[in-house]
Order: sequence, then C-alpha cells, then structure tokens
Amino acid sequence: MTLSRRRLLRYLLGAGTGAAGLAGGAAAANRLGWIPPDHGGLFGLGETLTYASHRLLLSGGAHAREFTRADISRSAPVNGNPPPGEDYGRLEAGGFADWRLRVDGLVARPASLSLDDLRHRFPRRSQITHLACEEGWSYIAEWTGVPLASVLAQVGVLPQARYVVVFSMDPEWWDSLDLAEAWHGQTLLADGMNGAALDTGHGAPLRLRVPRQLGYKSIKYLARLTLTDSLAPFGAGLGSVSPELGYSWYAGI
Amino acid sequence: MPLEAGGVRAAAPAVDPAHPLGVRVTHWLHTGLFVLLCVSGVAILLAHPRLYWGEVGNIETPSLVDLPLPTLLTGQSGWGRSLHFLSAWLFVFTGAGYVVPALRRGGIAAAAHYGWLQRRAYVGVVLGLAPAMVATGLAMSPALAAVWPWLVGGFGGQQSARTLHFAGACLLVLFAAGHVLMVWRAGFVRQMTAMTVGRPRRRVVAG
Repeated sequence: MTLSRRRLLRYLLGAGTGAAGLAGGAAAANRLGWIPPDHGGLFGLGETLTYASHRLLLSGGAHAREFTRADISRSAPVNGNPPPGEDYGRLEAGGFADWRLRVDGLVARPASLSLDDLRHRFPRRSQITHLACEEGWSYIAEWTGVPLASVLAQVGVLPQARYVVVFSMDPEWWDSLDLAEAWHGQTLLADGMNGAALDTGHGAPLRLRVPRQLGYKSIKYLARLTLTDSLAPFGAGLGSVSPELGYSWYAGI
Repeated sequence: MPLEAGGVRAAAPAVDPAHPLGVRVTHWLHTGLFVLLCVSGVAILLAHPRLYWGEVGNIETPSLVDLPLPTLLTGQSGWGRSLHFLSAWLFVFTGAGYVVPALRRGGIAAAAHYGWLQRRAYVGVVLGLAPAMVATGLAMSPALAAVWPWLVGGFGGQQSARTLHFAGACLLVLFAAGHVLMVWRAGFVRQMTAMTVGRPRRRVVAG
C-alpha cells in the first residue's frame, strides 16, 4: 500500500469538508423549504437532491414550453377510471350543476365554487402544453381554465401556508403542491380540453394541470383544495398518495 | 492539458505505477452504480417498452422501436425511477471525483500500454457518452424542459431524448462488455488485484 500519512490527511480533510458542506447544505435547504415531504427512507437522498436543485433552477419562474395548435396530438390516451360510487354519475348526469370546488384551510375567505363561478368570475387561460406520463408516453393538448393563482388570490392565502393539498372526488387520489408551483402562472384548474368541455376520461368537470411535472401530479375530478402549513396530517404524511404507492412526491423529475 | 499521454509516457518503465486510491474507489463505486442504473432503467422501461422519435408518442401513435420486453403496469417504474435518480446523482458526484483529479494527473486512459482505439474508447465514454447520458436524461424532465428548452429542442423533442438515452445506455453496456473482455484477456486476477488493492503490476502489452 502506498497511502502516505500526508495523503491520508488530505483524504480525511476532503471527506470532512464534504460532510460539513452536506450538513450546511441540508440546513440551508430546510430553511428554504427545499426538503420534500418524502425525504426519508432509502431513496430520500435522491428525492431531496432532485427537488432542491429544481427549486433552485426554477426559482426564476421558468415557463413550460407552449406549442401551437398544429402540434396538438390526435390521440390523448386515458389512464384510470372515473371516481367509484353513485355520486359521480349523479353529478355527471346533471351536467355538474351541483358540483362544487371547496377551497379551505389557511385562507382568509373559504370558498365553494361552481363551474359557472369558475367560467365567469375569474380570468381564463388557454395553454398548449406537453403531458408526459410517468410510464414514458406523452401527448400535447390545449387546456383551458382558471389559473390556480387567481383562485388563491381570491380566497386570500394566509402567510403561514406552505402547501396546497388537492383532493379528487375519488377518495383514492390526492396530492399536494408547494406554493411555488401553486402560484406559477401555468398551473391551471382546467375545465376544457382541445376546445371542448373536459370529458369524463380526462377528469370532468375540473382537473389540475401542472405542466412542469409528470402527468400524475395533474389530479382529475377535483373536489377540494386545502391550504396547509404541514403535510403531516394528510395520509401517511408523505405529501400525496404517490409516495405511498412507491412514486416520488415531486414529479418534476 | 493533454487528455492522453503523448511521447512522454511512451518511455514509461516496464512496471506501471499503481492505480491511485481515488481511481480504485471511484472505479468500484461506478461499477456498482452502473449496474443499479441498468437494472432500474429496465424497470422504468417495463411500464412502456416502446420508443418514439419527436416530441410525443403514445400507444395510439406509431413507434420507432418496440422493445422485446414485457409491459408491466404493476408499479415497477416507481422504485425504478427513484433508484435510477439516486444512482445517477451518486454517479455524477463520483464521476466528478474521478475526472477532475484524472485530468490534473495528465489524462484519462493515460497508461502507456493502452492502444490507440482503447484510449479513444475510454476518453469518448468519459467525456462524450457519459455527459450525453446526463443531458438526454435531463431533457426528459418536464421541469428542466422549462428551464432549458434548447436542450430538449437540440435532441429533437422529449421522446427523441428518451430514445437517445436508451441508445446511449446500449453503447455503455457494449463498452462495459468490451472492457471486461479486455481485462479478462490481460489476466483477470492480476488486473482485479491492481484495481482493488493497487499493487504495482507488470506492464501488459496486449491489454
């Protein structure tokens, strides 16, 4: 072996500097809110490095690429089924006239919004963006609706809020967004797709669209948004149902 | 700084210097991480073993290649992707820990007994293919596509980046197979010993 004392000292010094850097970085990331809720466990280090580096790179508010009508895909495959139970069928049969989106939690003015409210009381936005499924396939479509930011501004987010928890009418599905993603101009509450009302397969009457993250973040069949300062009380406390099924909470990958 | 040894090293002594400790550690870390990247990469592919060219592709559009793999929609891609990214992060850190000191030492594949093709293969993998794998991997990220749209455009779209990432992985597996074959020919036990405990070894011409 040719490991001299001087070289050993150099390696130890390097390792020490690395460890100190890592500890300092972790403390800074925690203060900035760059630690994802699923940071524990075997893959937590990877999840945290990805989330923290993306939060840094996206801190300028970068916009997802938008395409032209000519780029819209002819096929937009559907994954999953509409919510189970009779309630969804009943609402659908009534043209979703009785459907409401509840917005509550850490807000100044909780709201219950109808489709009509969303179509007439808020600014509307259309965007043609890429949807990539975590499985590997993708399509481009036009989504129309209300920026989530407009609804957040209307209800008045309290300063201690850190996440928006998003509930589907399907009790199996829920997710959450950090406020950076929630306030982003392209994060949309979409009730229209490719020039028509959103259809059943794609999440009628209202779905979330988060074009800077994988498709599973774009929860369908919305029922309720809750502003919270902690994700611990929801499910297993990992921020969404995805980590409970083995998928990352942060889907910007 | 030259990437390869030129005339100076041609007059190297008959016994090469031992692999430095840093090279030996990063070599075995890379070996383990490469295996993890391959296994997790295949796990991700099993959710949709079809490759496309361009921006979009799905089950209702024509594919470029249908891989001879089963389609498993039973959640293999969840742990697969988490393991792939953790391994990729560690691979990049370890890679930096290898490349920077290697360049400072005077080159990648600087050993005097390396042939012309061998040197080019090593330098091409370390400075060409490995960074290309990182770039095509990042181009598949919807968040990073927002930050660096030119990266996705440069590869011809997100599905093209996915296809190129797979092609690059195939080349890396071929390279690894060739590397192991050459180590075998040059004396497996002696080479493994040299790469593990770093004892000076005899000069090998055929290697």
